[in-house]
Parts: sequence; structure tokens; C-alpha cells
Amino acid sequence: MAESKIAPKIIPGELAVQGVSKSYGATQFRKEVVHDCSFTIERAKLTVMVGPSGCGKSTLIRLLAGFEQPSAGRISLDGAPITGPDRDRLVLFQETALFPWMTTWDNILYGPRARGELTRDALEFGEFLLAKVGLQDFRDKYPGQLSGGMQRRAELARAMINNPKVMILDEPFRGLDAMTKELMWEYYSRLYEENRRTNFFVTTDIDEAVFLADRVLVMSNIPTQVRAVIDVDLPRPRKLSDLVESDRANDIKKQALSILHAEAMRSFSRGSKAAADFVEAYLKRASRA
Amino acid sequence: MKKMLSNPALWRGVVSIAVFLILWEIGARSKQWMAPEFFAPFRELLGAIGLKKDYLPWIGAVPAPSVVLASWIAVLVDRSYWQSWYMSLFRVMAGFLAAMLIGIPFGLMLAVSRVTHGIGFPVFEVLRPIPPLAWVPASIIFWPTQETAIAFITFLGAFYTIVINVLGGARSIDVRYFQAARSMGSSRWDIFRRVILPGTLPSIVVGSAVGMGITWEVVVAAEMISGGGSQIGGTRGGGLGFFIWNSYVGGSYEQIVIGMISIGIAGFASSELLRWGGRHATPWLKAR
Repeated sequence: MAESKIAPKIIPGELAVQGVSKSYGATQFRKEVVHDCSFTIERAKLTVMVGPSGCGKSTLIRLLAGFEQPSAGRISLDGAPITGPDRDRLVLFQETALFPWMTTWDNILYGPRARGELTRDALEFGEFLLAKVGLQDFRDKYPGQLSGGMQRRAELARAMINNPKVMILDEPFRGLDAMTKELMWEYYSRLYEENRRTNFFVTTDIDEAVFLADRVLVMSNIPTQVRAVIDVDLPRPRKLSDLVESDRANDIKKQALSILHAEAMRSFSRGSKAAADFVEAYLKRASRA
Repeated sequence: MKKMLSNPALWRGVVSIAVFLILWEIGARSKQWMAPEFFAPFRELLGAIGLKKDYLPWIGAVPAPSVVLASWIAVLVDRSYWQSWYMSLFRVMAGFLAAMLIGIPFGLMLAVSRVTHGIGFPVFEVLRPIPPLAWVPASIIFWPTQETAIAFITFLGAFYTIVINVLGGARSIDVRYFQAARSMGSSRWDIFRRVILPGTLPSIVVGSAVGMGITWEVVVAAEMISGGGSQIGGTRGGGLGFFIWNSYVGGSYEQIVIGMISIGIAGFASSELLRWGGRHATPWLKAR
């Protein structure tokens, strides 16, 4: 499907995270969640961040979105430092953040209406997006009447109407059943392939990461840092069967898993001498092999 | 209509009320059917545990529904009975509307502004535990007329509940809604109008329904205590609370029951009305 005439031109942005730290709490009890973290979310690419749960990914998202400021370091979009939330970096939250009191249509039009830009073009673009996410028949329904998958699609449309430079997705498909989840992967990657926006996708699911990503950032546990960057050079469009059949996909999965496994073991052993010894021996053997 | 008649919930309601009335009728007539010699041991038993011997405890002292109904029909043409309805309804509405008009903005202000919360909330929390009825004497002294005094007390009954519900409701709105709204370029006013207000609406409805119930409790008690703004035996009724009290003083037990049931009906009707309005104001809640 070609982008419509009324769709505004997409200008993908590039987010740079340089030496960013974030800690919480009073001075004596400071806990550093993110420590000296650097990475780039490359222009017009789909970057997936994968890490163990509770590793501070959500903190990073709040920093990227501008809901919070880093304690140290610098985050910039196309060279300009981030000072607060803005339509050029929109977040799709875990589960749904559609406004329950607005219909699908009003939810999609939230952004233009908020900025007083409810022009004829914006309305036409809204119609186009509504059709694109396949919710024409659910235009006047409330989010509570939509299935999980429909809610996610409505939220994608609500973000896209604002034509952000970067889309940030925080475990967006968490909580969907396995079937819907895979459908959403295919749907979402098709959407991405069509318009090549800069996308930043956070997940705990390796399969999801490998299926969707151009680049995978594997994260370490708290304090959060990038452990490895893996380029996923699988051809697009991708098929779900690739995840099982393609050797390349499996290699990437194994590579990411071994790093994640070591990370998970490390956080599991924290506070226990016996477990720490066990992990050390395990890592030594793994490196010999 | 046909759909309504085949609704089992409706029939259960009808049966429930019918059974209640029948049991009440039987219980209230216990003085008659307990008179024969056959029930003598039972009467002795009641006496032995310290109760009145000649009728069933509690229910036997109440006028039977048939008797109540008969005197209700007589009362229906009495202007002072309708005057009582009108007075109570008027006071409830005045107090309740004032509580909504002041309570909702006040609750929202407490939720939105840290400064307002810091200044307003401590005083509010100290005044809140004082039961509205404890305000009766002070209120009669403060306010120029008895009418305003009673309206003020009914206002207090609903006010605290509405404020607490609005405050709690506004505070419990998911932070992601604010983040999403800010990201998409909403101004503060826009967030208030399109996120905070609709997000609080369900709590406003709940707070109002609860507040309405309290208002009826309070107005009746206030009318009993204050004399309802009319002289005993006067042609101008002083509200349903006063109607009950006056019937008690006059020894008309049927009218006490009539007054009680009238309040039940009035309270039920006003709550239903609020719920109906609430459903229309929050269409997304039923749409699941």
C-alpha cells in the first residue's frame, strides 16, 4: 500500500544517547539504574532493545521521551538536546494508554486536536490511518470494546497521525495472546517496511527482537548498559517461519540468548556466594567451549 | 414491554416485595392469631425471655401493610403530606446541588494544584469527621432562617463525600495518560479538559450517588431535630422527617410507616435518577 497523498512526508530522526546515567532516591540511598549508557538509535532503522525484565529499560524510555531528565550525560535528537516530551518522540506504552473515555476516532485525532491543527488534511489523514489499521467499523467504539490487538493498532494510528520523527514502543505487545502477538509482529513490521520511520522497540522476547529488528541492542542488568549490538541482516519482508527455519535467525538468537543468560545468572547470583561461584564456573566453562 | 415482563430479575424483585409484604402482614396480625389457647405455651415462652406476651416481638407492634395502605390513601389527599414531600425534596436538592457546585471544583482544585492542596486539605480533613448532625445547633445559630440552616446541613452531608471521591478519582488517573497527552502537544488546560475531567467523571458519579443517600439521611434527622420550620399541627408541613416525628407525637403509627416508606421511595428514586444520568455521562463504562 502506497502512502497517501495527504500523508505528511516522514522525516526520520536519529536519537543519540551519550554517557547517560540515571539514579533515584535521596543522596544516601541513591540507586543507579542506568550507568554511563551510550548507544544510537539509527535513522530510519528499527532498533530493538532486549534485556532481562527489571533492567531499567523503562527508565531509558522515560528519558528518551523526555518525561524525566538524566542525572548525567546527554540525549539528543538530530543533534538537539531533549528537554521534555514532544510529538517528535512518541511512546506506545505497555498494555494500552488509549483514553478510555474517547472513541477510536477521537483517540486517533487527539494529537491534531490538542495542537489546534484539526484541518481538512488532518481529518483525511486520520481516515487514511483508520483504514490502514483496519478499524473503520470500530470508529465509534470505545477502547474497552476493542480486542487487545485492535487497541494496539488504534494506538499505532494515534501515534502516526502526529508524524513523529521517532516512534518508541515499550513492550507494546505484552499481554496479547500468542496468536495475536504473532499477527501483530507481521502487521507492525509491514507497517515499518512501508514507511521506514525511525523505530525504537523495547522487549524481553528474543523471538520478537529477531523477527522485527534491523539492529538488536542486548542490555545488561542494573545498572543498565549496552552489552552487545547485533545487526540482523535477515531479508525483508520476513516470514514467521524464518524464526524457526533460517540458520542465520537461529545464530542471532543463540548469540543474544547466551549474553542474556549470563546477565540473568549474574543478577540471580547477586547476594549469594554459592550462586556467584556457580556462575563463575559456568562462565569459565562457556568461554573454554 | 414484553422484554421487561420476561426479565427474570424483574420477577424476582416482584416476588421479593410480595413475600416481604405477606410476612409483614402475618407478623403484624400476630396479636389476633396468637390469641387462641393453642398458643398459650408460646406466649409464656415469650414472656419468660422478657418480651411482650401477646404478639410477636418487634413486628407485632407495627401496623400491618393493609392498615398502612388504607390510611395512606386517606393521606394522599392531604395537602400537608405532599407539602412534606416538597419540603424535603427541595432541601435535598438545594443542599445536594450546592455540594456538587462547590465540591466538584474544590475536589479538582485539590487534585490539580499542590498549593491548593497544601492550604485547603488540612482544614478539610479536620472538618470532615464532624458528623453533619453535630452542625445542627451551630447551623441554627449561624444561619438567618431555619430553612437555610437545614439546607446547609444537607449540603455538608453530600459535600465531603463528593470532594473525597473527586480528589481520589482525579489522583488515580494513570500517569501514562498525562504522558501521552503531553507528548502529543496538549496544553495544561487541554489536559484538564480532555484527560482529568473525563477521567474523574466516574468518581464524580459514584460520589454523587453516595452523597445523595447521605443527604436523605441528614435531611430527615435535621427536620426532626429542628422542628422542620413549621409549628406542630400547622397546615404547612415541615418535610418528611417532621411528618414522621409529628405522627409519633400524635400517636399515629400508620403515618410513621407511611413517612418511612415515602423516604425510601424518594431516596430510591433520586439515586436511580443519578445513576441514569451517570450512565449517560460515562458511556464508555457500560460499553464493555
